[in-house]
Amino acid sequence: MDFKTVIGLEIHVELATKTKMFCACPSAFGGEPNSRVCPTCLGLPGTLPVLNQTAIHLALKAALALDCKINETSIFARKNYFYPDLPKGYQITQDANPLAQDGRVELDQLRVGITRLHIEEDAGKSIHTPQGTLLDFNRSGTPLAEIVTEPCIGSPQQARQFLEALKQILQYTGVSDCKMEEGSLRCDANISLSQNGSPGTRTEIKNLNSFKAVEKALEYEVERHKKLLEQGQEVRRETLRWDETKSVTVAMRSKEEAIDYRYFPEPDLPPLHVSQEWIEQAKQEIPELPEALKKRLMGDYGLTEYDATVLTKSPEMSQWLEKIVLAGTNAKSAANWLTGEISRHLKDRDIQIDDLPFSPGDLAKLIQMQITGRINHTAARQVLAQMLKKSEDPEQIAGKLNLIQEDEGIEELVQTIIAQHADAIQDLKDGKDRALGFLTGQAMKLTGGRVDPQKFKDILMEKIHRKD
Amino acid sequence: MIDYHKLSIKQMLDKLELGEVTSRQLTEFYLEESNRLQGKINGYITITPEHALKTATKVDRARQAGRKLSVLAGIPGGIKDNISTKGVRTTCASKITENYIPPFDAHVMELLADSPMLGKVSLDEFAMGSANESSYFGPVSNPWDLDRVPGGSSGGSAALVAAGSAPFTLGTDTGGSIRQPAAFCGVTGIKPTYGRVSRRGLVAFASSLDQIGPIARTVEDCAFVLQAISGYDPGDATSADLKVPDFTASLINDVKGMRIGIPTEILSDCPKPSIAASINDAAKILEQAGATLVDVSMPYEKEALAAYFLVGTAEASSNLARFDGLRFGYRGEGNGIQEVYESSRKFGDEVRRRIMLGTFALSTDACGECYARGQQARKLIMDHFSEMFKEVDVLLMPTSPSTAFKKGEKKDPLAMYYNDIYAIPANLAGLPAISVPCGLDNGLPLGMQFMAPKFREDLIIQAAHTWQCLTDWHLMTPREVE
Repeated sequence: MDFKTVIGLEIHVELATKTKMFCACPSAFGGEPNSRVCPTCLGLPGTLPVLNQTAIHLALKAALALDCKINETSIFARKNYFYPDLPKGYQITQDANPLAQDGRVELDQLRVGITRLHIEEDAGKSIHTPQGTLLDFNRSGTPLAEIVTEPCIGSPQQARQFLEALKQILQYTGVSDCKMEEGSLRCDANISLSQNGSPGTRTEIKNLNSFKAVEKALEYEVERHKKLLEQGQEVRRETLRWDETKSVTVAMRSKEEAIDYRYFPEPDLPPLHVSQEWIEQAKQEIPELPEALKKRLMGDYGLTEYDATVLTKSPEMSQWLEKIVLAGTNAKSAANWLTGEISRHLKDRDIQIDDLPFSPGDLAKLIQMQITGRINHTAARQVLAQMLKKSEDPEQIAGKLNLIQEDEGIEELVQTIIAQHADAIQDLKDGKDRALGFLTGQAMKLTGGRVDPQKFKDILMEKIHRKD
Repeated sequence: MIDYHKLSIKQMLDKLELGEVTSRQLTEFYLEESNRLQGKINGYITITPEHALKTATKVDRARQAGRKLSVLAGIPGGIKDNISTKGVRTTCASKITENYIPPFDAHVMELLADSPMLGKVSLDEFAMGSANESSYFGPVSNPWDLDRVPGGSSGGSAALVAAGSAPFTLGTDTGGSIRQPAAFCGVTGIKPTYGRVSRRGLVAFASSLDQIGPIARTVEDCAFVLQAISGYDPGDATSADLKVPDFTASLINDVKGMRIGIPTEILSDCPKPSIAASINDAAKILEQAGATLVDVSMPYEKEALAAYFLVGTAEASSNLARFDGLRFGYRGEGNGIQEVYESSRKFGDEVRRRIMLGTFALSTDACGECYARGQQARKLIMDHFSEMFKEVDVLLMPTSPSTAFKKGEKKDPLAMYYNDIYAIPANLAGLPAISVPCGLDNGLPLGMQFMAPKFREDLIIQAAHTWQCLTDWHLMTPREVE
């Protein structure tokens, strides 16, 4: 039997605003329960929503970064249902007239269409305990963007790939911090298997708390659908919960049938008009996006795909790279340090690169010291260890710790040149004398002209012949 | 105690300015009047003497110190009990919010901070009704005949002014709820243009129709109150960002050249001949004063009623969903959320009826068509008004198809809804409208209304004020409560 997997994703992201969607309460994660609430986000009688313009701006940026068409007029709607953490008994969202439609995310082997992006408010949180359900309305009213993909994702792996790419784009544009563990990015998945061109029944999976869970749950569903269909049974159209501990999907028990949300246009808010000027302004604020940035780093600096991928994981990392290069050191060395030592330190301490106590300029200095052989690699790591404790000039640290070397420095330099120019080294071994000039030039370039070219040549030739 | 009944609001303001009277004196007088008649009329749900006197004293001191005061400073009034008052219970005349104390003031209350609040005034539960019979705290009696209803939903507001318990009250009008009781009680009431007065703090019934407005004995009094409560509020996204004109400047006795449109179907179809006659008589008087009468056609009365009961109830069903007993208000007992909901939502019959109707109107069972159709009909009605207002400056018609009926008389809900048939179009189209007394029928007041284009309160004030310069109907007072 020939099955084709059809996956669609529905993603909710919390927009990185200071305040909530319709009131001035701070929008932040955590906090004492019910400490960031007011009459409006508690749904007290007589309260009215006041639109957070920043939320719209961020949603616009997201929509533009996803290559969507912006609807200059969009309309808020009420989605009516009763649930204890929904204070008004309705959610203000957008229904028939969303902010944006028809976008796409294009990666190398993957193209995912975006059906729509709209804005809405979040509900509060229900915490179920054996004694009863507790309600925390801190989250009530948080601004959300809902992003719906076309049902065009062909595998659970691609779904995960897409989510990684989406997260990057939204982080790059400053729209959201996309922390699934804090709930600032949530994902529901829809999946069906089509047979010989005829569409299958779709199931919806909820309670996916990580990208890994999305992938695993979808893999599980693919298998489950397959088995049912191969046995000639029907797949039931239902909503399932992913059970993280048992690694299975479980049908969610619902007493009634599908809820009738009775959507109608929100009478308390006029239609949202987004001018061309506003759209232009938002466009201007979108930085170079990760895919494009990756390709540029590879092109401009000759970095490998692996390095470029690691360096563009967050916008901050790639910014450090470019600042370090600007401060006067070569990209390959900078990339090595960032993807190696620095990444390891960040991971160990669970911090972001901008949390480091020193600047890109300081790091550039350190890297340069190692390249020129002023200090060797082990010493460089020692200096880094000091710099991580507090901000201090690497030259000073090296001096204090007595790590500065003289002639051995050129050894290091020669090693570096050999490592970075394998082709030219081969040429030299083959007897092409021009390669020597080239390699010496590279050494001068690397050290800003501060090496003795003759000394360099001598040691280089010695090393090469030694290898022979 | 001096009888301040004869003073208009303007005269009270002048006397306050001159130091001939204090706000405290006015407030004490009206508090005493309120208490004296509360047993007969039941117009208040909560009388607030301490609150009122505190404000009065504060304002008197501020005035003495020469501080600048707001438009209506020192004038006591009653506030319909669906308008949020900080620290003072706001019951909406319902068991559900019987003990609900808002932690914030409605925008209009912020504007009236210098006007002593005599109390929170009775209404039909959640402002749904035309007789003030559905209040959880008991029906209100019409001062003209205590066995009759004062109209609704702002029945308490109209009755208190008619009885002399308050120089002004605030009411709300969603489908005639200021104008119809004003007519039944022989007083004046204004429904402003939708968006003229902020709805922030008003417990919402139908969000696209609700407006807060003044009820008082005269157009002049109403103009002063309207001035005080109007204006843009960024906290209400539906409030109009327009400069508020000086409404008191429209208090001129002049209708020369004013084109007054009179809808012919309404008069010919009117079930009560005396009502149609009162309009014709009024038209003649205005014509004699220089106005031009123009026959117009308003054929959409029935459609307007249907549209109102689809759109209004749909919005209401959604607005009332928040009353679930969990965060505020009455909470019942139950195992599990379903039982808690069911035991907490203790609405009265009329509210229940409208929630069901509105929920159905929005449901996919109704093909999702009802609400949309209602809005489409509304657009037609609005366009029709725009056409009419090309030919006329104001419209003149009856406020209600009947006079005050006896309590318990209107058992059929549809018959009750029919009471609002002349009032509803103004709400659907968002137009300003004023009801003024225009006669008596068997000892019961008759009311007529002027309507004007959006934001042209100046026109209805001018027309109505001229009417009150030419006639005496607004000077009548009910004998039952003398």
